Amino acid sequence: MSAVVETKDLSKRYREKLAVNSLSLTVQEGEVFGFLGPNGAGKTTTILMLLGLTEPTSGEVAVCGFNPSRQSLDVKRRVGYLPENPGFYDDLSARENLLYMARLNRIPEEEARRRTAEVLDQVGLSDDGRRLVKEFSRGMKQRLGIAEVLVKKPTAIILDEPTLGIDPDGAIRILELIKNLNREHGLTVMLSSHQLQQVQQICSRVGIIVRGKLIVQGKMDDLGKAILKERQWNFLLEATGNTDGFERELQSISGVDEAEKRAHGWFLRCTHDVRTEVVELVARRNLKLLQLRSEDPTLEEIYLKYFREA
Amino acid sequence: MTVVFWKELADHFSSRRFMILLALIVLSGLWATYATGQAIRQNTDTVPSQYVFLLLLTSSGETLFSLATFLGFFGPLVGITLGFDSISGEYARGTLSRVLSQPIYRDSLINGKFFAGLTTVAVLWGSILLLVIGLGITLLGFPPNAEELWRMLIFTVVGVFYVGFWLALAMLFSLLFQKTVTAALASLSVWLFLSLFVSVVSGAIAGMVVPDATTPEAIARRSDVENIVGRISPSTLFNESVGILLNPAARVFGMALQSQAEGILPTPLALGQSLNLIWPHITTIFGLVAVCFGISYIIFMRAEIRA
Repeated sequence: MSAVVETKDLSKRYREKLAVNSLSLTVQEGEVFGFLGPNGAGKTTTILMLLGLTEPTSGEVAVCGFNPSRQSLDVKRRVGYLPENPGFYDDLSARENLLYMARLNRIPEEEARRRTAEVLDQVGLSDDGRRLVKEFSRGMKQRLGIAEVLVKKPTAIILDEPTLGIDPDGAIRILELIKNLNREHGLTVMLSSHQLQQVQQICSRVGIIVRGKLIVQGKMDDLGKAILKERQWNFLLEATGNTDGFERELQSISGVDEAEKRAHGWFLRCTHDVRTEVVELVARRNLKLLQLRSEDPTLEEIYLKYFREA
Repeated sequence: MTVVFWKELADHFSSRRFMILLALIVLSGLWATYATGQAIRQNTDTVPSQYVFLLLLTSSGETLFSLATFLGFFGPLVGITLGFDSISGEYARGTLSRVLSQPIYRDSLINGKFFAGLTTVAVLWGSILLLVIGLGITLLGFPPNAEELWRMLIFTVVGVFYVGFWLALAMLFSLLFQKTVTAALASLSVWLFLSLFVSVVSGAIAGMVVPDATTPEAIARRSDVENIVGRISPSTLFNESVGILLNPAARVFGMALQSQAEGILPTPLALGQSLNLIWPHITTIFGLVAVCFGISYIIFMRAEIRA
């Protein structure tokens, strides 16, 4: 495995504002890397530097082993880029738009036609190829954008906010498409997003950037574990029946620090996983168990916590 | 670059904007030629025997403009129309970053766009002249001679580059202002200033430099100053060079004193001599195009492309 994207102490300064602050990240070949952060965190700026569309103030970038500022053509030949809200030539049909991009990539005409049909099929737009792009919905445009990125047969694709402004169903379709591309064609994918819950399912690794600084990067699970170092085992228990003195019995379970009565059931603060004991207790007391669920912070909450703390 | 060139050319020729311009220019061009042609036919005795075809371009007959004046006035409009949204339009559509993330050099895009614009202008200008020649042959009954054709050809080249200047200017503005409307307005105001108000300004400056213009010498000096100041405008440069180019009899730009005009034979100048007179004008027009395009080029190469 080799690194497709590698940056070292990458920085970009716009007058007074440091948009990207000594960012060091790596995207390995064959993975789906989620580049997460709130709006204005420097995600797009970083991506632009990866493609040589803007020059870094300092630091090093290597994409597929090339320097995007000096060998931009080598980078662009291998990497497909889908900007946020991609635009198309509205008066041309979807096919013509793709053909233009194919020609810019110096793909021979016949090959270009074949590939255009192929990628339109891949993104599920083969029936709309002859329609003008101005008739397309946002979701369709986004898929057309992905098709266009694929025309040049890239080794890696960089997608900026691919699910922005798309309805949940459309977003899921796009994410599935990305996942398939990664799995079936071995494409390395780097995608930026501010919606963790949407992309977490397809990312093998993520990096979180806030105010230009990369706070953390790693595998989704490791990230969770690292964040949950000071993990507390919290549960919510809801049961009906004769619950007199139940609270005291709960507290007597070893590991339960505190049992607190809530509007519906009890909130348990524990030192380790006590679910088995709790269920046994409920069974012993002949109560009806309605629910027992972990009240740990979700990734979403962790993510929010990061945003606020940074 | 060729890919961008052909795409832009196809865009220009199929755009509604181009159709409107084409209709406007062809119709008024034909009308001007027809009116002038009729006037020439009716006054055969006052018309010089030589260079009648050039007269078709330069004399205004009973119409408001001669064709040459008309092209000089509307040419810039064509250039601006073709150029004002070349870069800003791509920004607005969000296509610029997509195109530039393809493996092409950045200058291919701007070069392709510029040369496509220039080619469009050349096609437009050339077809109008051909129409005029065709109509002229029908109206006058004889074809133009070689000298006339050469002069028209050079007129076309100068004209295309003159329009090219406005194209380059509009492209520069479209790069500077990322809003299409701002770019259009900026180009139009520069055009209005340089083609209409510059004569007012140059008149005022000449009046200040030579306040007391009573003697013939002073009047001639004032007129010289006015001409020189006026030449900051490419419109003046174009009009002056066309005046010499399409009128072989013309041999001075402004006024000539009686003493200077003495001994001049009233014969037409040879093409080479006419060209000698306007070399500075032509080179300046070419230079202006190069400078304008060069500035856009440098800005564009260094620009950050954020969709």
